[in-house]
Amino acid sequence: MKSYNIYISGVGGQGIIKTSIVIGEAAMKSSVNVVMSEIHGMSQRGGVVSTELKLGDAKSPIIEKGAADMLLAFEPLEALRAVPKINENASVVMNTSPTYPFNIKESSAPYPDIQVIVDEIKSKSAQVFAFDAEKIAKDAGHILSLNMVMLGGAVAVPGFPLDKKVVMEAMKNNLPEKSLKINVKAFEKGFQSSKKIQVD
Amino acid sequence: MNIKEVLTAEENEKLFMLGNEAAVRGALEAGVGLASTYPGTPSSEIGDVLSRIAKDAGLYFEFSANEKVALEVAAAAAASGLRSFTFMKHVGMNVAADSFMSLAYTGVRGGMVILSADDPSIFSSQNEQDNRHYARIANVPMLEPSNPQEIKDLMKYGFELSEEFQTPVLMRTTTRVSHMRGVVELGNWDESTGKKKGFFKRDPKRFVPVPAAAIEMHRTLVEKMEKMSDVASSSPLNRIFDRGGKVGVVTSGSAFNYVMDVVEENDLDLNVLKLTLSYPFPEELVLKFVENLESVVVVEEVDPVMEKEVLAVLGKHGLKKQVHGKLDDTFPTIYEYSPDIILEGLSRALNKNLKQKEVSETEIPIPARPPTFCPGCPHRATYYSVRKVVEDMGLENVVHPSDIGCYTLGVAAPYNAADYLLSMGSSVGTSCGFSKATNQKIVSFIGDSTFFHAGIAPLLNAVHNKDRFVLVILDNRTTAMTGGQPNPGIPVDGMGDEAPEISIEDIVKGTGVKFLKTIDPLFMKKSQETIEEAINYDGVAVLISRSPCMLIKSKEQKKRDVYHLEVIEEKCKNCEKCLELACPAISSHNGSIIIDQLLCRKCNVCLQVCPERAIGVKTALKNQ
Repeated sequence: MKSYNIYISGVGGQGIIKTSIVIGEAAMKSSVNVVMSEIHGMSQRGGVVSTELKLGDAKSPIIEKGAADMLLAFEPLEALRAVPKINENASVVMNTSPTYPFNIKESSAPYPDIQVIVDEIKSKSAQVFAFDAEKIAKDAGHILSLNMVMLGGAVAVPGFPLDKKVVMEAMKNNLPEKSLKINVKAFEKGFQSSKKIQVD
Repeated sequence: MNIKEVLTAEENEKLFMLGNEAAVRGALEAGVGLASTYPGTPSSEIGDVLSRIAKDAGLYFEFSANEKVALEVAAAAAASGLRSFTFMKHVGMNVAADSFMSLAYTGVRGGMVILSADDPSIFSSQNEQDNRHYARIANVPMLEPSNPQEIKDLMKYGFELSEEFQTPVLMRTTTRVSHMRGVVELGNWDESTGKKKGFFKRDPKRFVPVPAAAIEMHRTLVEKMEKMSDVASSSPLNRIFDRGGKVGVVTSGSAFNYVMDVVEENDLDLNVLKLTLSYPFPEELVLKFVENLESVVVVEEVDPVMEKEVLAVLGKHGLKKQVHGKLDDTFPTIYEYSPDIILEGLSRALNKNLKQKEVSETEIPIPARPPTFCPGCPHRATYYSVRKVVEDMGLENVVHPSDIGCYTLGVAAPYNAADYLLSMGSSVGTSCGFSKATNQKIVSFIGDSTFFHAGIAPLLNAVHNKDRFVLVILDNRTTAMTGGQPNPGIPVDGMGDEAPEISIEDIVKGTGVKFLKTIDPLFMKKSQETIEEAINYDGVAVLISRSPCMLIKSKEQKKRDVYHLEVIEEKCKNCEKCLELACPAISSHNGSIIIDQLLCRKCNVCLQVCPERAIGVKTALKNQ
């Protein structure tokens, strides 16, 4: 089988690696082969963080240019930066709440308008599920549940190869017990957000 | 996955494991009795996992003061009959190299695996050196895993090979393999696996390489390697994937993954030789592989190591076959590879246009997002104060030798606090050189862990040779860059036990330094006065700038949870002095300064920098 390729990007501290591990473990539990790449170290100090996952028969987790089936962008600017990874058939789930680079004032390129980013991503992909994951996470009970909002949003996308129930089991195996309730709530809210966009 | 599962998961169970986690499981299954390291990306997680499970696993693990010590600790254990495992980042091998070279001569009794985690494309290092060369300089066998399952399996194999030939075995991973996750099927392990205590039986002829002994040791070593070359040629680890082609690819490590995916995706009739036991170079196997081929493509990261070996084998046997690789510009000579690079390279080698996917580009300019100090990081305060004092004193052309750690990020504006860097501890040694070679003022920076690692010898060099510079030891009470491991200055060791806390002050005094002061960088006025005093001192002045890393959850920080910082709009004149701190928590939107409550760690530095006293402390509601 051809692999289903997921590119996840955002900013250090958003819980991107944890989210990726949940997807990977859910794949393994579903008897789908999975490989994943993550970068630690320098990139975590407020810099860009990205992971790459291939679900299926691939040996390398590195996604070729234009070969991501899904882009899961935790931050709008990072969605834009990931455009070369996607193609016109890709699904994009993106958070619309920005985290500004610390040096944005000195930057020669300004931070683009969020709507401009969303429109650009729409023109480069098949379907875009854009929502304010930060707000949704706060509503769920804690801003740090943002990653589970995004995960829920991803699982609701048509064509996502893993079952919601299995993903939720993997969540439970990887998140601290005390924050599980909030995280499950965040996941469900993210799931509903994508579902709603799909209906619209 | 819960990290404890590395220990508790049973045979045949499958885990979704990081390469570095798989290395630990492999070590357990092989019955390792002792493990040691100095933390370094991309190998750090091996130590993080070991420090959490070593006690339960019944083995000894330590964070050593540096890589040379780590290797020596493991070498002595192997000489005592234990299986020992030491691991480090690629440049750590340079530190350990002196003892490593002798270790190849003396050999081992119990098995010993040395894992070197290379960093092609320099994600978090000072270079991208290819440590496959070390196997060749030292004459030791090399293993190159391609994925977490192979890392785990090769750990066990490495110990067996090591014991069979009484030689240390070098395993080379790269960032993409160490930091790759994949499904790993586990083997058997229980607490009785392997010896935990050994016995050293003396044998000076074997373990003391004085010239008369070393000359024999070298002969023995070369003989071992000749025998191992046959092992490499017949080993199932070195595998031919025969697709009936006339062109063959020789590859290893991460590059093998890319090659196989590109070959499958494009249905290419290329034969592939995967080298996993890649040194001694399996001459016989390569001869067999190329027999019916018209040309050979060598795909490897970073240097053309195997390519030269293949050329040598062909030359030795008078075979005329085209070899494509780095030397004929078929593949790039630097940086890591990717499936896209393999596709382009194979297109050149096969002289046909392999299909590239359509790539979307965006026309919108994208601002960069460089890494910086975390909000609340004490390094920011130290650098800001040094910069301010230097400016207020009207000093020009001050040289800032720097060192390896988070604080190297000070190279960027607005801090501009790193001018010269070579390696761990080089801030101090190069300060000695600048002090002799120039009349410029010198203020250099080194972290606590780096000071213990390689900063002490050059400091006594400075005192003895009457140098003059200020050395700021940034003591943030952890090895922060690699994820917060303990070091000799912390009262905890690698086993998680209480340990003697080595005082930096005592060491500095012991080197003969006369000017020694300790500052808390978060108290800026006092810090700046002391920095000025140090700069005016004629000789070696040491300042210990001590404040814990903000990533450590201290009691002090819990106290800070009860308040937050806010800009008092009536007082703020928008002078943007606070923005000069380049703190991620402070930004300017539509003409007003905003402190991001989520990011702010309440270090109170901005409050001290504000000339209008427009940043106020508010008692916070505990809602976030």
